[in-house]
Amino acid sequence: MSDSLRRTVFHDLHVELGAKMVPFAGYDMPVQYPMGVMAEHLHTRAQAGLFDVSHMGQVTLHGPDVALALERLVPVALAELKDGRQRYAMFTDAAGGILDDLMVANRGDHLFVVVNAACKADDIAHMRANLPGITVTEHSGRALLALQGPGAEGALATLIPAVADMRFMDVATHAWDGADLWISRSGYTGEDGFEISVPHSHAVEFARALLALEAVAPIGLGARDSLRLEAGLCLYGHDIDITTTPVEAALNWAIQKSRRTDGARAGGFPGADVILPQLTDGALRRRVGLLPETRAPMREGTALFADTTAADPVGHVTSGAFGPTLQAPMSMGYVPESLCTPGTRLYGEVRGKRMPVVVAALPFRPAQFKR
Amino acid sequence: MKYTEDHEWLRLEGDLVVVGITEHAAEQLGDVVFVELPELETQVAKGDEVCVIESVKAASDILAPLDGEVVEVNDNLSATPSLVNEDPAGDAWFFKLKIDDLSVLDEFMTEDEYKDFIA
Repeated sequence: MSDSLRRTVFHDLHVELGAKMVPFAGYDMPVQYPMGVMAEHLHTRAQAGLFDVSHMGQVTLHGPDVALALERLVPVALAELKDGRQRYAMFTDAAGGILDDLMVANRGDHLFVVVNAACKADDIAHMRANLPGITVTEHSGRALLALQGPGAEGALATLIPAVADMRFMDVATHAWDGADLWISRSGYTGEDGFEISVPHSHAVEFARALLALEAVAPIGLGARDSLRLEAGLCLYGHDIDITTTPVEAALNWAIQKSRRTDGARAGGFPGADVILPQLTDGALRRRVGLLPETRAPMREGTALFADTTAADPVGHVTSGAFGPTLQAPMSMGYVPESLCTPGTRLYGEVRGKRMPVVVAALPFRPAQFKR
Repeated sequence: MKYTEDHEWLRLEGDLVVVGITEHAAEQLGDVVFVELPELETQVAKGDEVCVIESVKAASDILAPLDGEVVEVNDNLSATPSLVNEDPAGDAWFFKLKIDDLSVLDEFMTEDEYKDFIA
């Protein structure tokens, strides 16, 4: 079975570093290194963690009015996205559900898009089918690294000093050892940091140069998951999918005014007739943070009840784990609008017992972005 | 000390069987963040789920290795679940079982047999 798994260019390096490898989105990926998930999480919060995210899809879009063209597939404003800036977006379907979430960067004469590994084939087909006149190019010859944490800037700047001038969501191309690195000041841990696209020819050498720095440690998917959950960020296929709309997922912040009702370029994306009214009137349910009041983590699938005796659940947990920085269990899930006020007490059924859990504001840990 | 195929160790203490998990199992679990202990005086049958160990990754069960009655639980694990990683074969015992026939312990693996089992 593992024979059919794809490998990133860093596979041998992961094994050399002692990683425990697991199947993830069709790839054989490091879930943790010898340091362990808890220590890797805390290291990223205190110093700098290096993540292999090469399984994700890297795509460029070229063509006339490419930003306006891509706006036909996302409820996000891209026409006013400035050269050298990046924005979070999501592909929607006709029912307002989320097909995938993605990052879109304006790189002057084209857009650079990063999509999730499990969705990338569908995303590319979706763009090719629905963006006539736009050339959609997958860059499968490039690896992607994320360097995250308060020590990320200092570490990366020892190799590429110019990154110190980048602000949150800036994108730029910088040379390293003769290779063009596509760098964004972003990530998915709630920490300051960078995502760095590097050609395969230079990828391992570049990763080794970062790992040689004292602040930098390799971090696996286990800690990536607990970091993003503490940061209140959605994981596609868990917290968001085709059954959740951006409004239900509490992603309203990602839908700019110009795309909303009465905006300059209102609507015009799949599911607008569902999503735009929800932005005004609210949805029936919403994604919330959940803090269990006992030590037992409430994991994905845990049913949520309004009280200890109710027969039917009011919602369910979509992600749940122990938060190493919080030093407490934490979850996210969907509940009716009437129950989503922070402080509302609900009950999660864990192994047949109803355990108290309180609705909490997200993120669990405030973001440390360098704006 | 005896060992089960479920990676538990069993230690005889007077007429009680003390149950814990092996270092190998603790390593596989990763960082333990929560332990749900059984209630005292619970009658358990071999194979019953007695305890739940939650690591950062997932929840795992400890199964009763024998028929018996839970007569003592290690409350230290409620306050300090990380003991399971720090001292799995010592301070991080989970519960003590009172059983009728101690000779059934002979069925389980010796330390050498367990080492071969996980090799």
